[in-house]
Amino acid sequence: MYQAIVFLPLLGAILAGLIALAGARARFPGKGPAPGGEDHATDHGAPHGDAVSHASHHAGEHAPAAVGSRTAELITTTLLMISMILSWIAFVDVGFAHHDARVPVFTWMAAGDLKVEWSLRIDTLTAVMLVVVNTISAFVHLYSIGYMHEDPYRPRFFGYLSMFTFAMLMLVTADNLVQLFFGWEGVGLASYLLIGFWYHKPEANAAAIKAFIVNRVGDFGFALGIFAVFMLTGALDLDTVFAQAPTLTGKTINMFGWQVDALTITCLLLFMGAMGKSAQFLLHTWLPDAMEGPTPVSALIHAATMVTAGVFMVARLSPLFELAPHAQTFVTLIGATTALFAATIGLVQNDIKRIVAYSTCSQLGYMFVAMGVGAYSVGMFHLFTHAFFKALLFLGSGSVIHAMHHEQDIRHMGGLKDRIPFTYIVMIIGTLALTGFPLTAGYFSKDAIIEAAFVGRNPMALYAFICTVAAALLTSFYSWRLIFKTFHGEPHDRMHWRDAHESPMTMLIPLGFLAAGSVLAGLPFKEIFAGHGVEGFFRESLAFAKSNTVLADMHHVPLYVAILPTVMMAFGFLVAWHFYIRRPDIPVELARQHDVLYRFLLNKWYFDELYEVIFVRPTKQLGYLLWKGGDGWLIDGFGPDGVSARVLDVTRNVVRLQTGYLYHYAFAMLIGAAAFITWFMFATGGH
Amino acid sequence: MMIGLGHYLSVAAILFTLGIFGIFLNRKNVIIILMSIELILLAVNINLVAFSTHLGDIVGQIYALLVLTVAAAEAAIGLAILVVFYRNRGSIAVEDINLMRG
Repeated sequence: MYQAIVFLPLLGAILAGLIALAGARARFPGKGPAPGGEDHATDHGAPHGDAVSHASHHAGEHAPAAVGSRTAELITTTLLMISMILSWIAFVDVGFAHHDARVPVFTWMAAGDLKVEWSLRIDTLTAVMLVVVNTISAFVHLYSIGYMHEDPYRPRFFGYLSMFTFAMLMLVTADNLVQLFFGWEGVGLASYLLIGFWYHKPEANAAAIKAFIVNRVGDFGFALGIFAVFMLTGALDLDTVFAQAPTLTGKTINMFGWQVDALTITCLLLFMGAMGKSAQFLLHTWLPDAMEGPTPVSALIHAATMVTAGVFMVARLSPLFELAPHAQTFVTLIGATTALFAATIGLVQNDIKRIVAYSTCSQLGYMFVAMGVGAYSVGMFHLFTHAFFKALLFLGSGSVIHAMHHEQDIRHMGGLKDRIPFTYIVMIIGTLALTGFPLTAGYFSKDAIIEAAFVGRNPMALYAFICTVAAALLTSFYSWRLIFKTFHGEPHDRMHWRDAHESPMTMLIPLGFLAAGSVLAGLPFKEIFAGHGVEGFFRESLAFAKSNTVLADMHHVPLYVAILPTVMMAFGFLVAWHFYIRRPDIPVELARQHDVLYRFLLNKWYFDELYEVIFVRPTKQLGYLLWKGGDGWLIDGFGPDGVSARVLDVTRNVVRLQTGYLYHYAFAMLIGAAAFITWFMFATGGH
Repeated sequence: MMIGLGHYLSVAAILFTLGIFGIFLNRKNVIIILMSIELILLAVNINLVAFSTHLGDIVGQIYALLVLTVAAAEAAIGLAILVVFYRNRGSIAVEDINLMRG
């Protein structure tokens, strides 16, 4: 069964890939699949909403859909559905019936002491992720059938989606760090391909490259962390590493002449990978740009699953992190900072997808706060619930964008609630869940994190508590701002408003299911994720040190802490309502008065500009220097070009010897003959 | 005065030198080059005949006859080429013949 869960998406990816290749061959006989972007222009762009070229976005219809599009959609979606059902079975089987499993697949590599196996590690943590990944992925596949129906390259799209799902499953079932890294890079690749799916759009290509490169920064640390683990324990499979972990406390590693605590530095390096993948503060810049990809991709990869891989990794390696309190403090710091920082940016953004993207970033910060204070199961709980409501919000935004003919700027929307009532309702549900309205999914997980931060013991816990509470207020505000500006008020673009149409059933069904999930994923799972059932549910898959009593303390927080997030949520809603429904002139006035602050937030704290100055430009200059100086001048100058130039110089002079006059040749011949005879006479003695 | 081998060789050497100089001091006419080559061949012939009598070996004289034959053939072919060359290029001045200039 577990093999089926993991490998069915791979099968789907391969089949869809073959269909895509066959289609490309048919389309460009004898030329290979490469050219062809020119005629394929489905403009989902308009990053800042100015002057969208509506003329071009239907141009895609002129390109005929690839042969077998329908087949590819059906195959991949069906396989994912099967995978999803099996995952839920596995979830119950592992989580409640306690049937953990190790499924060996084959030996990957064996070199000396290094032995790496492919094997599927099925425990509760994995089972939770299997459910999240396969459920969201299946719904996104289904949704994409509707959303992408105009796109002529659907087999490729579905192939990528399934490939992503396979890589993500490989990541969550990893039994050793190398396998984890394989999945990690696999999802990175799939993310790159899908962000750049509309490769005729320069912004999409740039965003894809940016995502890939920023992730490389994190992955560099992650790879170093894996090396450190191997150096310390001599093993890479998780069981051996975890068994040896307690013996490593107090060990030091010499790094650049410093003696640093081995476990702390290892955990920090591993966390660096998590920061990249989960778009945490300092390495977050790629996530908003990744919204250039198709919306289903944003929902699947950049909200529900891939970006949570970092959280999952920390949870998976909790036996290590639990022994490295300094690293945990750092995790808390970064998580809390991200939660607040991303929320502040979310306040003023105008692109519907970017608001949700910053919200994702912020929510990931919450999860890391939970991880940092040692409440791993609570972090996983938020991961679980967040997957539902954030996927819902993204797919809902997709539905809005679809209805508005690929308009993404909320300033151009308004009044849509009468035109697309179903989308409106599900978006409301998603927003309620995100902001933590009582009894929705987000309410339980988010409040649990805030409580955990309150009782957390590490030095950053108080900071984390303040940040998360403040972020809860901001989250509520920007979420309702999104709703009010999109669905309420006066339509700003009459023509689009009139043309707005509800999405097809293939898009509404996933929305309905996810809306149900957003409401129901909280209460039934509260006990096993954040209550007294954690021990019995997660068992050995999460490690809690003896001194770690966060989960127990959480139930004894003062009343004001327990209701604080709800109060914040209500307050944020009221402010948003006041600003955008009652007195729409206030925000405009406010932005004008605090122009500096407004610009600071609108430009995302100037991080892109800062990185441009600190990293991008020096790198470009260095590259230019190496190109012109190193390659052009030094290597080419003294290498191939230099040699050929010298040869030319020599030959040019040699050529001048050839006068063409007969007597010159005769003279040369005579001299030669004379020299030869002289040599013959004297050197050989004339014999 | 007895005329010995040395005299013959001297005459031959002088002729040879004249032939060499004739080839590359001459700037005017290709026919002069051909004549110079003949001169060089004759110098060689004198050497051959002189050594033949000196050593009492008849092979040298036979060889000289062979050289004369080849020289005649060469002169014939050389002149024929010259005629064709003149038809093609309208000149047989040595300075004009530099098609192989680099």
